[in-house]
Amino acid sequence: MKKTDRWIFLVLICLIAVFPWLAQNIGAISHYVELMIFAGMFSLVCLGLSLLMGYAGQISMAQAAFFGIGAYSSGILTAHFGWNPWLAMPVGASTAAAVAWLVGIPALRLKGHYLAMATLGFGVIVHIIFNEEVDWTGGPSGMVDIPGLSIAGWKITSEMQWYYLVWGVVLVVLLFSFHLLHSRVGRALRAIHEEEVAAEAMGVPTFRYKVQIFIFGAVTAAIAGSLYTHYVTFLSPSSFNLMWSIRFVLMVMAGGMQSLWGALLGTVLLTFVGNEWLQVFADFEVVVYGAILLVVALFLPQGLISLFHRAPGARHNPVSPASDEG
Amino acid sequence: MEKRSEDNREVISLLNGVQELFSGRKQLSVASYDGYWVSYGALTKEQTKSCGLVGSRRKGGDDGVVDGIWLGTDLLQYTASGLTVGAIYALVAIGYNIIYNVTEIINFAQGEFVMLGGLFAVFFLETLRFPIVAAFFAAVAAVGVVGFAMERLVIQRARNASVLSLIIITIAVSILLKGGAMLCWGKDPYSLPPFTSGGPILFGGAAIQLQALWVLAVGAVVVISLSFFFHRSLYGKAMLACADNPSAARMVGIRVRQMVLLSFVLSAAIGAAAGVAVTPISLMEYDRGALLGLKGFGAAVLGGLGNFYGALVAGLLLGLAESFCAGYLSSGYKDAVALILLLLVLFFKPEGLFGSAEAAKLKRF
Repeated sequence: MKKTDRWIFLVLICLIAVFPWLAQNIGAISHYVELMIFAGMFSLVCLGLSLLMGYAGQISMAQAAFFGIGAYSSGILTAHFGWNPWLAMPVGASTAAAVAWLVGIPALRLKGHYLAMATLGFGVIVHIIFNEEVDWTGGPSGMVDIPGLSIAGWKITSEMQWYYLVWGVVLVVLLFSFHLLHSRVGRALRAIHEEEVAAEAMGVPTFRYKVQIFIFGAVTAAIAGSLYTHYVTFLSPSSFNLMWSIRFVLMVMAGGMQSLWGALLGTVLLTFVGNEWLQVFADFEVVVYGAILLVVALFLPQGLISLFHRAPGARHNPVSPASDEG
Repeated sequence: MEKRSEDNREVISLLNGVQELFSGRKQLSVASYDGYWVSYGALTKEQTKSCGLVGSRRKGGDDGVVDGIWLGTDLLQYTASGLTVGAIYALVAIGYNIIYNVTEIINFAQGEFVMLGGLFAVFFLETLRFPIVAAFFAAVAAVGVVGFAMERLVIQRARNASVLSLIIITIAVSILLKGGAMLCWGKDPYSLPPFTSGGPILFGGAAIQLQALWVLAVGAVVVISLSFFFHRSLYGKAMLACADNPSAARMVGIRVRQMVLLSFVLSAAIGAAAGVAVTPISLMEYDRGALLGLKGFGAAVLGGLGNFYGALVAGLLLGLAESFCAGYLSSGYKDAVALILLLLVLFFKPEGLFGSAEAAKLKRF
């Protein structure tokens, strides 16, 4: 971890720690704690996606599917089979990993638009399965009777407890991601993003790394899905549809793909934009959301984080022409 | 006329409820033209006819109550409905190809053009009381303007964007179009009267709706006129030149930007024509674009991206596959069929069934 990153990390820990206390003392934003719980879960999805998009240079429009695989694995194992939620969570993550491996091997041989469409198609298929396997998932009317979480017999009930649990997991994943980036794998990933052919020529097993990062992203999304299941204790396929996959990509994109901080910033910001700040527009919400996205993609392709600091490598490659990506 | 359309609405709202039970889609779904068994409801024969359904089963006696309506019962029926849906996918796929050939962009908003076509036709026909032919062309022109605006306001500014940014940009446009349609038309599905009235044609045990023939006719006219456009007209040849080699095209004096603009307008208009033609059969609502677009892309890839006739054949094949799946296997998974085929083709034969592997290597993917 670089020195600046270490400082930002410490500041972030402090911010996360004091935020609920601040929010609860200001009436107007007291419900922000609940929103931050969701933002934390989405951050888990987006951190994995950020590694894939920003560092490995691959797009995935299927993160909502992995989120859903984690969620439904936990839901089905605990509600139908009475498993302990903490046992169901790793099973969900492993299922997502296995599916990601199966899909990733053929899909990551594709590039650009093809990869986007392949992952998109896969995501829609998974969504259809959630809708159709009514015996297991409850179909479109949803799944109920999912237990909450408890640690050593101590039930996690209050929003505050959930908040610290979720953000604790986010910090662990964040720390792990930073270590990953500064390891051999991270250097290899950046090499892939800069120039895949050159990386391969230098002996970097580019394909293997891409698949591994894809699986990592699926696992973080599945863990987020499990947490989500036990927090809301109700599942409906509409939480895992195409629009959600697009939203995750946008969160990463809006914050800035080339930086994990950007992914966090974008996720928290867009969670609030989508669930809180745009509510005044009522039906106009979708249109405003689309407009924001368009403006960011057109004028701030490096994301909001680029307003604060220049992403590494951005100087050498100010506007990456289309052919560089594909 | 007035009575008829009222019946129509009644039947449609009834079907929506039934459809919800069957297809598992969200509320106010569509009475679609494929092998669904709709076994609830009490409709008179006149109602089923006015709704454009092809048959009904009477529950004894002549009390005018039916306990089942079916849309196709045998091979021939599935083939007919498959070809109809397939023609729509083929048109969407051709739309993708036109833009892709000139710009190497996959326009994720392609499906929205189809949706807008249907809804604009409803607006011109029902609100402005245009005759059907005028409404058809007005809708196509209106969506053409949308395509024009999209290129001028958005795509032109994103000339140097990366592939990833372009994907996000066209997705953002599709969200805007979908959101705009929701604001203008609301969330309910709309129907159009068929282009020509009259009962279905009975043919070898299958009942073929007249509108299905119109869909095929629109598809055929589009394909034939595009062939003429690309091979005979100066503009068409210039577009092909841009597709082949933009730099060389620019050197011989072709204005590439203009061709890019033309490709967007043309592709939007073709999508709209498909949308108007299919609305009398499957109705249209604001959020149909994404799935139509995805399946159309499936057809485009299956036929080999950029390959004009490949898209046509692949679109019809996809439609047939979907229709047979709905009929013989499971109607719930019919939407998955096209997507599974899309994945299989992408994974194992990314150059498509009719594309050449060598040509695919030259492309940016």
